[in-house]
Parts: sequence; C-alpha cells; structure tokens
Amino acid sequence: MDTTAHAPLITQEEPVAAKRPWLFTRPTAKTGLVSWLTTVDHKRVGLLYGFSALFFFLVGGVEALFIRIQLAVPNNTFLQHQTYNELFTMHATTMIFLAVMPLSAAFFNYIMPLQIGARDVAFPRLNGFAFWVFLAGAIILNVGWFIKSGAPDSGWFGYAPLTSNAYSNQFAGDISTDLWVMGLQILGVSSVIGSLNFIVTIINLRAPGMTMMRLPVFTWMTLITAFLIILSFPAITIALVELMMDRNFATNFFEVSNGGLPILWQHLFWVFGHPEVYILILPAMGIISEILPTFSRKPLFGYPIVVFSGACIGFLGFGVWSHHMFTTGMGTVATAAFSLMTMAIAVPTGVKIFNWIGTLWGGHLQMRTPMMFALGFIWMFMMGGFSGIMHSAAPADSQQQDSYFVVAHFHYVLIGGSVFGLLAGIHYWFPLVFGRKVSEFWGKLSFWVVFIGFNTTFFPMHFLGLNGMPRRTAVYDGNMGWNTPNFIATIGAFILGIGIAIYFAVMIYTYFKGQKAGRDPWDARTLEWAIPNPPPEYNFAVTPSVHARDAFWHEKHNREEALTAKAATAHSASAHGGIHMPSQSWFPILTAGGMLIGSLFLANHNYIGAICGGGLTFLGAYLWALEGPGGYHMHPEPEANGKDSPAKH
Amino acid sequence: MSHAGTIDHHHDATTATGIPNKKLFMWAFLASDCMFFGALISTHLIYRLHPPPGSPSPRQIFSIELTSFSTFILLMSSLLMALAVNAIQKNYLTSTRHNLLGTIFFGLIFLGCQVYEFTHFVHEKGLTLSNSLFGSTFYTLTGTHGCHVAIGVLWLILTYIRSFKPAGADAGRPWLAGAFFHFFIFALTIVAGMATVLSGVHAHLAREPFREFISHNLLAVGTTIVGLAILTYLGRSRGAVEFGEANAIDVESMGLYWHFVDIVWIVIFTAVYLLEYL
Repeated sequence: MDTTAHAPLITQEEPVAAKRPWLFTRPTAKTGLVSWLTTVDHKRVGLLYGFSALFFFLVGGVEALFIRIQLAVPNNTFLQHQTYNELFTMHATTMIFLAVMPLSAAFFNYIMPLQIGARDVAFPRLNGFAFWVFLAGAIILNVGWFIKSGAPDSGWFGYAPLTSNAYSNQFAGDISTDLWVMGLQILGVSSVIGSLNFIVTIINLRAPGMTMMRLPVFTWMTLITAFLIILSFPAITIALVELMMDRNFATNFFEVSNGGLPILWQHLFWVFGHPEVYILILPAMGIISEILPTFSRKPLFGYPIVVFSGACIGFLGFGVWSHHMFTTGMGTVATAAFSLMTMAIAVPTGVKIFNWIGTLWGGHLQMRTPMMFALGFIWMFMMGGFSGIMHSAAPADSQQQDSYFVVAHFHYVLIGGSVFGLLAGIHYWFPLVFGRKVSEFWGKLSFWVVFIGFNTTFFPMHFLGLNGMPRRTAVYDGNMGWNTPNFIATIGAFILGIGIAIYFAVMIYTYFKGQKAGRDPWDARTLEWAIPNPPPEYNFAVTPSVHARDAFWHEKHNREEALTAKAATAHSASAHGGIHMPSQSWFPILTAGGMLIGSLFLANHNYIGAICGGGLTFLGAYLWALEGPGGYHMHPEPEANGKDSPAKH
Repeated sequence: MSHAGTIDHHHDATTATGIPNKKLFMWAFLASDCMFFGALISTHLIYRLHPPPGSPSPRQIFSIELTSFSTFILLMSSLLMALAVNAIQKNYLTSTRHNLLGTIFFGLIFLGCQVYEFTHFVHEKGLTLSNSLFGSTFYTLTGTHGCHVAIGVLWLILTYIRSFKPAGADAGRPWLAGAFFHFFIFALTIVAGMATVLSGVHAHLAREPFREFISHNLLAVGTTIVGLAILTYLGRSRGAVEFGEANAIDVESMGLYWHFVDIVWIVIFTAVYLLEYL
C-alpha cells in the first residue's frame, strides 16, 4: 500500500534519526522493502501475516489435493507411502499453524486496534517480532521438503513413540522430526508473544469510554483467544522440550524401555491441542458476530450472552482434552468425566448459534458476499458440531476413533467453521484495507463453488468412516465398499480447489482493478469504519470517544455531539504535541533471524551453531532494548466536517 | 530526569486501566509461565508415582542441607529485589544499584549451588540425564528453573549496566562500547569467580593446603580479583545519567519476574526435594 498518499495531512515530522549513533539509526522509509522489513505498524504487520497465511493456505491446499488424488481409486500408486505420510503430516501442520492461526492473527493485528480506537498495539516492535518469528517457524517446518531428510512424517500430533529416534529416523542423520519439533517450538514463541501483546492492547489501549462491555465481539474473541494461547501453548512447549531432550540428549521421557510413558505425550499434547481448536474457531466466531448484525441491520442479539459464552467455551476448553483419548484406557471415571465436560461445552456453543439466529430474526437481511459466507459458517459449523456431539459419547467414539468420520467432523468445523469465517472476514474488511469493493457476482460465485465443493468432499467421509475406513492410510482395497465415496470426495476436493482459486483470483483482480469503495461501504457499526480507507498510518486523526456499544453507529446517529466532542479532543491533543508514532526498527527481524539460525542448527544437532544463533538472538534483543522505543509526532490536519462524516446519512 | 516522588507508581494515566503496559505484560507472561512450570512439575510427579524398576532413591542422592541453604539465599534475593524497586521509585540511584548487585550476587550463589549439586550428582552419585527416568525429570525440571534464574541474573546485570548510560548519550558518545566492555568484564568475573569458589570447595573437601589451591587456580583467582577491581572502577558514579525514577516500571517488571522465579522454586523445592522426606 502506498502510504505517501496521506502525506499532505502531515504538517510536521521531527527528524528523529539525526544525532544517533549509526547502530541505532532508525529506519524512516515509508515505502519499499526496508519499510516492510522494519515495520512496527500493526496494519502492515497484519498484512504480512495475512499474505504469508494465504500463501501457506495454498501450499496446504495443494498437499490436500495430492492426498485426494492418491485416494481417488483403490490401490493407487500415485504417491509413495513415505511421501503420503509427509503430506498428511504437513497438510495438518500447515493448515493449523501456518494458515488458520496466522490468518486469525492477521485480523487481530489489523482490525482489533481499530475497533478499540487505538493508534497501534501496546508494544509495536514486539508485534513485528512476533511476525518474523512466525516466518522463521514456517521456514523451519517446511525446509524438510528441500533436503534429504524429507518433511516431517509422524502426524500432526506426533504421538510418542513414533517420534523417537528408533521409529522416526529412516537413516542416520534424518532430522525431519527435529525440524518439526523446532518449528512448532518457534511458532509457539511467536503465538505467545503476539497474544501477550494483544492482551495488553485490549485491556490498556481502549479509547476513552470504550468499556469492556462495549468492546466489539471480535475484539472480545481476540482477547479470549489470546488468553487461550498463552495458557495452552506452555503445555506443548514442555512436551516438545521433553521430546527434544529425548532425541538430542537421550533422556527417557517417552522411552518405553527405560520406563517412559508414551501416554504422557498424549496428555500434554491434548492439554494444548484441545484449547487449540477453540483458538482456531473463536476468531471466526468473532468475525461472524460482526458480519451478521451489519447485514441484518440489527444490533447483535444478546451481546453479553455471546461474550460470556465465548469466555465459557474458553474456560471449559481446558477441561475436555482427554476426549481425544477415550480409547487409551483411562478408566471409567476419567472417561465419564471428560465425556460429560465435552457434552457441557456444546451448550455455550449452541447458545451462540441461537444468538446469531436471533440476530437474523426479523432483520432486513442484505445478502452480500460476506453475509453468504457467514450464513454458510453457521450451517456448516452446526454440522460439525453435531458430529462432535456424537464423539462426546465415549462408546460411540470408540467406534469412530481414527476413522474418516473424525476426518469429516474436524473438516466441517475447521473449513465449514474457521475457514468460512475467515473468508467472510476477508470479504467484509477488504474495502477497509484496500479501498476497493469485490464484485458481488464473482464473490457469490466463489462462495457457491466453495460451498458445493466442500460438502461434496467431506460429506461422503462420514459414511466412509462409519464403514470403517481408517484415517492416514495411503491405500485401500477395492472390495471394501469405499470406492464410490472416495471418488466423489476427490471430485469434491477439486471443485473446492477451483472455488478457492476463483476466490483469490477475484481478490487479486479487485486489488488492482476493483471498483473504489467509499467510506463505510457497508454502513457498519464499529469504529474501524470511522476512518478513511485505506486507513492512514496513524489510524484516527482524533482519538474517538465512545458513548455506546456499536460506537460508530451511535456516532452516525448523534453527529452533532460527536463532532463537538471530536473538535475538543483534537484541540487538546494538538496542544499536547500531536499524534505520537512509534519508530521503525531493524532489531525485531534481526532477533528473529538469530532464532531461525539457532533453531536450524539445533535441529541439525549442531550445538556450536545453535549457541551462535542464540548469541545473535541475545545481541538483537539487547540492542533492541538499548535502542529504546523512539517515536515521533505527527500533526494531521483535521478533516473538514463534510469529509469526516460517513458518506451516507 | 524527574524529581523524587513526582511519579505516581501505582497509576499510569496513559492507559485505560491505570496499570502500566509493561506490568500488565509481565503479569500475563507469568500466567503463561505458571502453565509452563505446571506441565514440567506434573511430569516429574507423574513419573514419581510410576517409577520403573531399579529407580534410584532420591533421598540417597539429595543433599537437603545444601539445597535448603540455596533456597534460603534465593528467597533473600527477593527481599533485595524488592528493596531495589523501592529505591528506584524514590529515585535513590546508588541504593538501587547496590540492591541490584546484591540480588545478582544471591542469584549467582543459587546458581553456583546448582552447578555444584549437578556436578556432585553426576560424578559422585552417578545420576545422569539418561541413565534413569528420575535423572531425566530431575535435571530437566531443575535445569529449566536454573535457566530462568540465569536469565533473571542476565537481565539484572543488563539493567545495572544500563543505569550508567550518561544523560544525553544519543549525542554520539561511545557509551555503547563501554557498556559492552562492562558486560564482558561482568561475565568474565562471574565465570572466573564461580570457578574459583567451586574449586575452592573441592580443595577444601580434599583437604588441599591453601597455598596449593592458589597456585593450582592462579588464572581463575587472578581473573576474579582483577575483574572485581575493574567492576568496582566501572561502578563508580560518573555524573548525570538517564536512568532514574521514570525507569521504576522497568525495575518493577524485572522484580515481578524475579519473585515469580523464586515462588516457582518454593514449589519445586517442596515437590521435588521435601516430598522425598515425608
């Protein structure tokens, strides 16, 4: 994006870099490569997250298509079994950690500060750092495709003892599992750092009057997701540390011959893994809760209930992990308890769905593309929820465990749920971010192709699972009765692929040639629509003061008051030195680079290199601290009254 | 620099809640770290309940007197840390520095005890990372805690050195090179000092005469003495500095981390050591 378009607004900018030692010269480029490498702007960091996530979304999608080609016909020889293992491992790892999570993070970064009326996140450099660390983790996970070891191949939940040296090393020096361990570890660092930043931002950087119970629901879900991340990731961090100790230093955590218990891995993994599924779905629920009211022309039905249901899901999410382990023989009491908890967690989820229906009820529904995806979300997510409830009954689950029924279930909640929600969000906020509107015809066409392709792929898998087809098998025999559903699923996967291709082709076309969108094109309710599009670097020329939930809606309907208040705030802010902006910095990317180098050496069992990488990380972090937060002031000219208000009304 | 007592350390007017951002960040991070240690301690306790045949008996390995001593030292370091926070909030720079040095020193004693303990366990008691499950969980858990203490000590040292950054240092004065030199000397003195003390302990246990101990460890002893002398020289007051009451929040956040690491140690000391003596 070309931010120089807003240059006329700036009347004064202090030359900050004039007298500093060369090492601490702050980069000031506003365009070009350096401006992106050193950015601290939450909107640019959001875009970096978004573009990387979409890239890996396509990579994961191509991996899925390879898997479906292999399974199209019985006894297929399209892929070698080893390659198949690598593909299903990396498909899941990529989609969860490199596509859906960072795409959610893109929305957290871009939208959340705008929704609370903030100028940036609480720690702008740390925010940039979280992205670069994410990229480092993504590189480490995928580097295996290009070396002799191959990609990780022990499944996305890496059950012990499949990850032990004895089982996972096909030849001396096979480091694919080490790369998986380090990659996930680094991604965990990124997620936790990013989430800590969001927590502080939401709690501390709200505009005056923006009380917690006036926060937009998407911001609420961001906060809950961030808490889930900081509280659940430590469990997998420790699991991975123990696995790394086993692999690198011959400890016995999961070494059965010396008394290690592989079941411990399952517990630690799912203590993280189950909150993780709520980390994947809650942001999408937040997006849906923004879109439905906007296109129903009604406030969200039962706002406090939606918020508390989200918090309740987050809380209960920590008490259901063992429902992934019903067949491990935990004993009747544990099985019954986790079964009950799993049924209980369906209640707040159901409450949310009824609230969304209540929002739609009696509204003037506008069937725009974001709304289509949002309605698709409700329906498809409910389908996934129904099969989820079936799993909560332990006896039924013992039949469905590790079958295609489970595959169908989690693709309904992850694609029908998370991905539909995120695709809806891209359509909804595209005019804000890029200032252009996506064509309704092409948007809806992509929705219908995606919707049909998705159901054609995954609905037959329910029957495959109930007919006994196990997941993660590269071949099946022709007389098992699985041929037709598998073939239909493969056709569906290609329709889904075509739908996604149309979706992104339309996005790319719109970015360059789309129709320009006016301000607030959806006549929306939340603060991010109060600013021009694309948003200026400083977000709000005048910090908004909030008087009601749906702050921007209130502002539009009380224009005179809002303008008076705004003028007063502008006057006092200007008297206090104008808008304070954070300075760009080289050190986030340098520090993340140290982590990348150190982790690659550590995965390669090269400890000298690992220490050097650690040293570079330390150096980067120390110089970062000494550099100081920096900052400069801007004085955007107050916009003329006519321009400042939305186009409509 | 502001005058003493002009900053309200309990309310930050620039945030929506009045809690400073750095403090809130640290609290949230510590919540995360609770889960981190929770998972590690659980692992240790689970394997304690399911010991494989032939597991070593922890009571025959532990030296509870030594660990009680180092636990006491670590707890006292928290007191010094609290005094440092109190001093910087009142803008007493010298007192802040002394208390930071005290905290560093006590933290180093704790780490030294751990180094001694680990060495002793490996060489005398034959407990290694890989020869038993108890060794795996014990070293991983206490070692991870040791890393937290070490990171805390590093942070304290860096803050201490930063407190010497002269006011107006942005104008191109070579304070950064000085800071790196200061840090280098600090690190060197710590390594040499620890080597001196540990070999002193071994010499004492082997009833080696003092003179022989000195001649065997001339390099370590000499480096320690020279290092301490340089540190004393570098640690003198050198005119106006940037560091002051406005940095109280930095010291306080660091203090939160330090206290947390101490509290975790109390849990570890109870769950790993004292539990074996019930």
